[in-house]
Amino acid sequence: MLEHYFPNQLERGAVQCLIAALVTLAVILLARRRAPGLLKEISFAEVRGLLQIFAVGAILAALLRGPAWTSIFVLAGMIFAAASIVRKRAKKIPRAFVLALIAIGTGAGTILTVMTVTGVIPLKILTLVPVGSMVIANTMNTQSIFLDRFRGEVAAHVGEIESALALGASPEIAVDRYLRTAFRSSLIPAVDNIRSLGIVWIPGIMAGMVLSGASPLYAALYQFVVLTTIFSSSALACFIASHLVARRIFSGYGQLLLRA
Amino acid sequence: MNVNSTRYIVECRDLSRELLSEPRRFLVKDINFSVEPAEVLGVIGPSGAGKSSLLRLINRLDEPTEGTVLFHGQDYRTIETASLRRSIGMVMQRAYLFPGTVAENLAFGPRQQGRTLSNREIDSLLAEVGLAGYATRDALTLSGGEAQRVAITRALANEPEVLLLDEPTSALDEASRGSVEQLLERLIRDRHLTCIWVTHSLEQARTMADRILVLDGGRIKAIGPAEEVLPRA
Repeated sequence: MLEHYFPNQLERGAVQCLIAALVTLAVILLARRRAPGLLKEISFAEVRGLLQIFAVGAILAALLRGPAWTSIFVLAGMIFAAASIVRKRAKKIPRAFVLALIAIGTGAGTILTVMTVTGVIPLKILTLVPVGSMVIANTMNTQSIFLDRFRGEVAAHVGEIESALALGASPEIAVDRYLRTAFRSSLIPAVDNIRSLGIVWIPGIMAGMVLSGASPLYAALYQFVVLTTIFSSSALACFIASHLVARRIFSGYGQLLLRA
Repeated sequence: MNVNSTRYIVECRDLSRELLSEPRRFLVKDINFSVEPAEVLGVIGPSGAGKSSLLRLINRLDEPTEGTVLFHGQDYRTIETASLRRSIGMVMQRAYLFPGTVAENLAFGPRQQGRTLSNREIDSLLAEVGLAGYATRDALTLSGGEAQRVAITRALANEPEVLLLDEPTSALDEASRGSVEQLLERLIRDRHLTCIWVTHSLEQARTMADRILVLDGGRIKAIGPAEEVLPRA
């Protein structure tokens, strides 16, 4: 129907965004008593999200005319942005931005490089940027959950941690149990995504591939590739973060600095 | 470890800890005292006097903002922290046992030094504290009194030279409190332990401690034998 009234693709896209935003607002208005502050938050989030994704679209359109290696800069920018968002979630962890930058940069960077070098992800801007952004975004979410859960576990077990220290354990040993809990919890969404693939959800990239002419069977297989890549990147980033974060919450003399 | 010639095992020298966040205040200030081997020093004082803060400084769980502690005459800042903490054990107000069996809890400290406790050693330790047959029990299912006995045994399994006791019976019910206090008294007597024992009980301090240190507002108010420091019973 919209195609009839808005033959121009950009105009049609703007109207589609408007309708989607209005539906969201209607739902939030319906549920406003349950979450009074959410209306303002989602309004800002929608405007911000729309501007951001529009800017990305414009950058992609510009990049399409350039060589493939320029996508590295786009992905690097995304990693910086992701680390900055993780820092906000992990305010109580000292130097969380640098930690997240190293973890996400190394985790996502290594896995994306391996996938690109082996040819699993084609070295084309139109593939590398969208797939890379999905990998980085999901790694960021996992990283936020990991650091938040770790902080919570430490705050809830200060007595046990200091008991271990008082028995002569190193800081790494004293928090090892809580690192493992946080590591496992943070990867639950990534594992569930793989487990429920095709049953609970058919992700957007598959729909996009089918729409652009790929065979549904190949699109399905490639979706598996994307989700396992996300898992690998998330797990590697958390593994790196788990080695960095233990040192950050203790003084140089093994005194626990992070409190509730 | 370099052991200097001194008759004291622990000496606090102008030990202070100031909270640097607002509002700034001293948790302990200008603490000076010495403890001889096999001496029991009772630490008493009102709530908030700085008793726990003092023990945390001696175990180096917190860092002094001024002063230091000498261990066998050596500034403890020159001793590797983990090694120092193994030599100066600490039992806290609550047991804080680790998930796993009682035996695993006892073996935790020695394992940090690369030493494995044999089943015989574990059984012997447990028998000493009245918990024979508890080795394979889940540590997190024990009663408060049993858990605190395990915590005391866990600290002893490290064979510390000094034991810091931070009101280890204050979180227990009346019945458990008596039996754990008796156990501690027996262990201190039998093993000739050097102890710094924070207690809320004047009676316990009078019977167990060779000397008593009275803290108030983070400062030493008095130190000496019970008959000099405490009001007559």
